[in-house]
Amino acid sequence: MSLLVPDTGLLFWMIFSFGIVFFILVKFGFPVITKAVEKRNQFIESSLEAACQAREQLAAVNTQAEVILQEARSKRNTILNEAQEIRNKMLNEAREAAETEARFKIDRAHAEIEESRNKAIISIRDEVTGISVKIAEKVLGERLQSDEKQRALINRLLDDELVSNA
Amino acid sequence: MLRKNHIGKIITLLLMLILPVHIFAQDLNVKEVVLEHISDSYHWHITKWGERDIRIPLPVVVKSKQNGWQVFLSSHLEHGAEYRSLRIAQEGRYAGKIVERSHTGTDIRPIDISITKNAAALMINCMVLLLVILPLARWYKRGSMRPAKGFRGVVEMLLTDIQEEVIKSCVGEDYKRYSPYLLTVFFFILVNNLMGLIPFFPGGATVTGNIAITLVLALCTFFIVNISGTRAYWKEIFWPDIPIWLKVPVPLMPALEFIGIFTKSFALMIRLFANNLAGHSVILGLLCLIFLSATMGTVVNIGMSTLSVIFTCFMTLLELLIAYLQAYIFTLLSAVFIGMARAKHQAHAH
Repeated sequence: MSLLVPDTGLLFWMIFSFGIVFFILVKFGFPVITKAVEKRNQFIESSLEAACQAREQLAAVNTQAEVILQEARSKRNTILNEAQEIRNKMLNEAREAAETEARFKIDRAHAEIEESRNKAIISIRDEVTGISVKIAEKVLGERLQSDEKQRALINRLLDDELVSNA
Repeated sequence: MLRKNHIGKIITLLLMLILPVHIFAQDLNVKEVVLEHISDSYHWHITKWGERDIRIPLPVVVKSKQNGWQVFLSSHLEHGAEYRSLRIAQEGRYAGKIVERSHTGTDIRPIDISITKNAAALMINCMVLLLVILPLARWYKRGSMRPAKGFRGVVEMLLTDIQEEVIKSCVGEDYKRYSPYLLTVFFFILVNNLMGLIPFFPGGATVTGNIAITLVLALCTFFIVNISGTRAYWKEIFWPDIPIWLKVPVPLMPALEFIGIFTKSFALMIRLFANNLAGHSVILGLLCLIFLSATMGTVVNIGMSTLSVIFTCFMTLLELLIAYLQAYIFTLLSAVFIGMARAKHQAHAH
């Protein structure tokens, strides 16, 4: 049963080679690898954590930006509304001012027209009265007495005439 | 076109199956073939080409009584030749071993540390192991934080799996002290097993199927377990928590526990040795079926050949699994034994 009896020579070589392999691997092999793998695992873990945090931060920043944007939008809206109101007010004011101005001018014009018309009527009346008196003098061939009385009569007649003409 | 290729391949395969059979079928002793493969020898037999054996001579290192240390190639001792009063015994107690003819004419066994086939394979496998692990370590030392790819990835996967699942969980707290040893044992056994599955020169030797190899591995575990044993571990052995009559007049349980120290490691040794030996023997036996059936006619031979090739493929795949499994089990049990020896207070998980 030589299979079950360990051979001295092989035993020697096994101890020798396994010893060397063991020494080399324990010194330069496995600890290096396991340490590196561990380090890498830690690195991956910390990176994942950092990425997670970054994502959270980004989300926070995004919501913040959203809020700011919203605020800005509402502010813009209010500003726009205000401007609109101011514009409308200004327009209205201007319109009102223009209207009053125009009305004032028109009124003044009316007054002036009335005045000049009155003046014209008065002067025409004077003229007409004069002419009428002259005509009447010529017709009557004499000087009419009491100018004042005559004039009042003519004026009355003229008024009647004008009224009936009107 | 494709189908034509396949038919060609199949025909070639069949020819390959039949042709060598008629060359080698003369007289085949299965037992001899299997034993020759699994036992150690002073040369590395590669194949037999016609009548000629192709074998690699290996260095013989012997300290003979008469001439002192001798180093020469084993080709001097071929076919029972005698060289410097040394020869390979053909029968008797030392059959297959180098013996020295003493003055009285009887054979004595000199101190023999020849690099035999298993020793040479062992050294090659050790080199392979170093060539696998050291470049990987150097790659890691360069501090690349990228994950390992390809072959490195495979090795890293095995390594981290053993480290995390076996060593960390079985040894316990100070696993880092023991992980280099356990990883070395794991990869040592794995590389030796896998190399043993390669059917031609650098592989093919049943290194882990040799009891000297498994003995050294088991002894290493034995020493590490018992040197790192805590007080609780030794108390559990010599004064276990059992009814007092089991240990006082006759130290029955302490004796059993004490024997247990040795049987644990002994079982480690035998398990690894027997599994690999048996695996190789079965594969060889199945392959020999081809040659045995050669004398039974072509039809039987082709049938048997196909069958045995299928069986051998299956067995080789199984051996691949076992190559990993045995390395895993040896490491796992070593880790468990260390973990038990490191237990701070007795665990009831027996």
